[in-house]
Amino acid sequence: MSFFATESYFVQGCEDAESSETRFRLCQELWDKIKTDTEVLQDELNRKILDSLLDFTRKCSSTRQNSDWASQMRASEIPTAALMLGVNIPDHDMTFQSLSDMLKQSVSPHVASVQAKECGGKGLRHQSEILLCSPHRLCFKCPRVHRSVHCSLGILCDWYAARTKVGAQTTVGKKRSSQVRDEQQQPPVVIIFKDLEAFNPRVLQDFILICSQYIDRLPLTFIFGIATSPSTIQHMLPHSVSSLLCIELFQSLSCTQHLATVIDKLILTSHIAFKLNGKVMQVLIGVFLYHDFSVRNFIKGLQLALLEHFHSQPLSVLCCKKKKALFNVTQLSKPNLDRIRQLPSFKRYVEKQEAQEQVNLMTDDSHLKELCQQLIKDLHKYHKNYYPILRCLHTLTSSLPRYPLGKQARVLTCFPFRMLAKGELVSLLQKCVEILQLSKSKKMKNALVQLEELLARFKQLDKEIASRWYNREGGGVLNQTTLLEMNESRRAKRLSPFENLRNEALKFIDNLVKSHLSPPESQPLYEVCYYSSSATVRRHLNATPRTSIQAALSNPYHYLQNDSLKSEDGTVSNAAPDICIAYKLHLECGRLINLYDWLEAYSTVVLAAEGNDPDSEHFGKVDEVKHARFIRAVSELEFLGFIKSTKQKTDHVARLTWGGC
Amino acid sequence: MTALLQHPGYDEERLKGVAEKLPCREVQAEMLLSLMGQPHQYSYPSILIYGHRASGKSHVMHVLMKELELPHATVSCVECVSIALLFEQVLLSFFGCDAPSLLPRSPSLSDFVRVYRQQCSQSPAKQTRYIVMEKAELLRDTDASLLSALLRLQELVGDNVTVILLSEIAWDKFRPNTGCFEPLLLHFPDYSKSELQQILSQNVHSSYSAGFYSAYINILLGVFYSVCRDLRELRHLAALNFSKFCEPLAEGKVKETDTHKLWKHIEPHLKKAMQTVYLREVSSLQWEQMQQMEEEEAGALRGLSAHTHVELPYYSKFLLIAAYLASYNPARTDKRFFLKHHGKIRKTNFLKKNEKTSNHLLGPKPFPLDRLLAIFYSVVDSRVAPTASIFSQISSLVTLQLLAQVSHDDQLDAPKYKCAVSLDFICAISRTVNFDIVKYLYDFL
Repeated sequence: MSFFATESYFVQGCEDAESSETRFRLCQELWDKIKTDTEVLQDELNRKILDSLLDFTRKCSSTRQNSDWASQMRASEIPTAALMLGVNIPDHDMTFQSLSDMLKQSVSPHVASVQAKECGGKGLRHQSEILLCSPHRLCFKCPRVHRSVHCSLGILCDWYAARTKVGAQTTVGKKRSSQVRDEQQQPPVVIIFKDLEAFNPRVLQDFILICSQYIDRLPLTFIFGIATSPSTIQHMLPHSVSSLLCIELFQSLSCTQHLATVIDKLILTSHIAFKLNGKVMQVLIGVFLYHDFSVRNFIKGLQLALLEHFHSQPLSVLCCKKKKALFNVTQLSKPNLDRIRQLPSFKRYVEKQEAQEQVNLMTDDSHLKELCQQLIKDLHKYHKNYYPILRCLHTLTSSLPRYPLGKQARVLTCFPFRMLAKGELVSLLQKCVEILQLSKSKKMKNALVQLEELLARFKQLDKEIASRWYNREGGGVLNQTTLLEMNESRRAKRLSPFENLRNEALKFIDNLVKSHLSPPESQPLYEVCYYSSSATVRRHLNATPRTSIQAALSNPYHYLQNDSLKSEDGTVSNAAPDICIAYKLHLECGRLINLYDWLEAYSTVVLAAEGNDPDSEHFGKVDEVKHARFIRAVSELEFLGFIKSTKQKTDHVARLTWGGC
Repeated sequence: MTALLQHPGYDEERLKGVAEKLPCREVQAEMLLSLMGQPHQYSYPSILIYGHRASGKSHVMHVLMKELELPHATVSCVECVSIALLFEQVLLSFFGCDAPSLLPRSPSLSDFVRVYRQQCSQSPAKQTRYIVMEKAELLRDTDASLLSALLRLQELVGDNVTVILLSEIAWDKFRPNTGCFEPLLLHFPDYSKSELQQILSQNVHSSYSAGFYSAYINILLGVFYSVCRDLRELRHLAALNFSKFCEPLAEGKVKETDTHKLWKHIEPHLKKAMQTVYLREVSSLQWEQMQQMEEEEAGALRGLSAHTHVELPYYSKFLLIAAYLASYNPARTDKRFFLKHHGKIRKTNFLKKNEKTSNHLLGPKPFPLDRLLAIFYSVVDSRVAPTASIFSQISSLVTLQLLAQVSHDDQLDAPKYKCAVSLDFICAISRTVNFDIVKYLYDFL
């Protein structure tokens, strides 16, 4: 049901209604793929830390059960894992979800997650009560012993004891059906504090104190989710409390690394046909770096761009796998073919063709379809070559000092390579070979062969040079400084064989880059796959409430779309809503506004709008309705924060914004 | 020594057991026993036992109650977040699990007294019942009448019941200003060094002789006694460092009796422990791992306070810087710092009398949101649109406790904040964005 519902939403207001269904399907497929990919990726990235956390809880419960001297001495401490997650709070939910799932699966069925906002309430006592109840309520589904008895850890202990007793009996009865259960006669009770910083320190201290009294009966384990730094624990908990904990630190992957992996695996690949152009990418990365550090929000932004692309671009039917796209080309309708002819990139392409061909393309639909198929194939090929080369370039340049090349850098300046020592160059080239080996296209294989050849020659040279230098200087290793000296001294002289070969390698890479790393905008039909409306994305992701309120007040037509509201630059028509008129009038005032003057001006404008004769007898008198309307508009403005009442002068209000007429 | 505890009405054997479990607290136990009298006798209505942390208050009570099998209810006041919990626990342990259900949903003190009387008439006390309240100082935060009522509970319920309050603070700080029944006061003094030695030596490791362990404790106390007298902390330290102490024994280099060599071996480790473990910088598990590792690797494991670096989004950093400036600069000086043509204003000119002391000594001052944003827009180097995400960053800084909201949560209009980070922290943050914060701070002008 919901599928169809969303589909109808998608079709509504869509550019080209016929193909909208296909486009919706394609969009859905792509999004599903992106979603599963990111989930897999996130699981992989989190695996290490989650595994170590699982180990930690397991180890804690096992040391508790064995009875050697050291663990007995430590028995009164509550094992605690401090999980450092970074400030990107929106991303934490997913981590905690998978953490508690994994814990439930493999360590213990008793896992509770607590969030600070659930423990809000008036007064400390009330908050602690909620915190105490939460383990019962959320996860253990502990039946209350008596209706009137309040939740307490004592009751939880009794429940736990009964539960483990039953559990032990059944496992014995089942003839040791599962090894895991047998080991864990006493599964730990894990309590996850999702956001430690947000908890009231007093409440938390009390809770820990209470828990420590039951630790001999109830094998508790805490997991603290910390967003800032581990020293918060020391800020929040005094020594008397923190000495009850046995804290171990776990550091999760930083969010920038996380994002880099996501971009690497999702966007810089040819698997997914949908692409973002540079500007949109900049907006998304900007939101990430400047505002929230949240990978989840980045992916939401990607989803928005995807949806917008398929919604607004009718030609996005071609944005899919190659085979499907080629088929979709044959199904293109007449208006869509015209749209193709209108595409700037296609126009540029046509202009380069001969005159006869140009005419053919403009008139003959079937010819156009054939060409489109070819162009689509070219585009896919381009992508296949583009990303491996991009990666090569990145590996080559990333080690250079002060030379960070992003995605935008497409022209290779050869100069810095002169600085490279041979050893480094060879290892970099080796890495490039590894990258190219992953790619499957023909051209890449060609390049790979050439590169390997170059490498072989480098190695050959290595041997020769080594023997020669050995003779001359008694054994030497080429390092950067000697190479530089050599450069200095021999500038005018004949180039050494190494230099010759290095220049050759550079030329080769230069050619490779020049031929494959042309900007995507230069490709015909690139609009099909690239989403380029950065303004839309920015508008949706970076909400500006103040600007939109001001836009609504100063130009009501922008939102209301009523022709009577249309007006020339900057002025507000008389028929505008009351609040717009009041706003407009208040812009003309200084810091303090006389309410009576304002009312007069307002009523004049409204009367003019009603078409009353300015010379008539009643003109200028304010009737009750208008008065009420004015008061309402003023209080709305006050509510929006443009004015406030002031004690400086009676019957005046103060303006809170600057500027205006 | 154990023969000290003698009291009519209690079993000799049991008293012996009690005495064994209460080393160095015989005097106090004797005192308590004589206060309690024989089981069937009425006891004094309320007793307050006070003494420092880890001076054996709860332990003594616990052992007495358990070993002599007296009817009692032990209630921790931390745990009783509501009075109802307290009442329930008392009724539960005196009259079985049916009693608490007789209480109404949110019971008052008189409900409790009523239910208690009712139950008591069904099963009258054959011997004194005890209510032991741990961390009794928290009772001061509850309803004022609760403490006074508990102090004369015997009178209220007409039963042979004694309330024993355990607390870390003296009675003077308890006494409500309306006056109340004065409990008997009993002070538990701190353990002396020799007493600590005696108690700690009891946790002897099963595979080593008592004399050896006692020698170890002696060394440990020699190092730590000057800085720490807390029994719990000392026990923790003893557990941590014992394996290191035994190392030469296991290697067969030293005999158990060769205390001097053992001392030579353990001393540097104890010195190191003095710096770190007292603060619980690393967990005891990690500490053991560290000791097993070689010296050079141990540096990799850093304590909790070593990680102070916080990675923040770009604008959040500037918001925090702006908040810091707003908190530590007087509002009058904003013009001097953030206006391009502020004229020549010297520090002496606008130095008020009360501002002569450093603002950093006085701590952060609250500032309104408007001022924060005004400073933010002037310190951030690019033009920033006032988007919703800027505002949401402010509230996430509050959740991260880097800012503190001073005004009430309900106040949406013009909220006030304080900056809650230290100078070192903000300097580190501003270094990452190439902002020289010291130049903008009034204190360092």
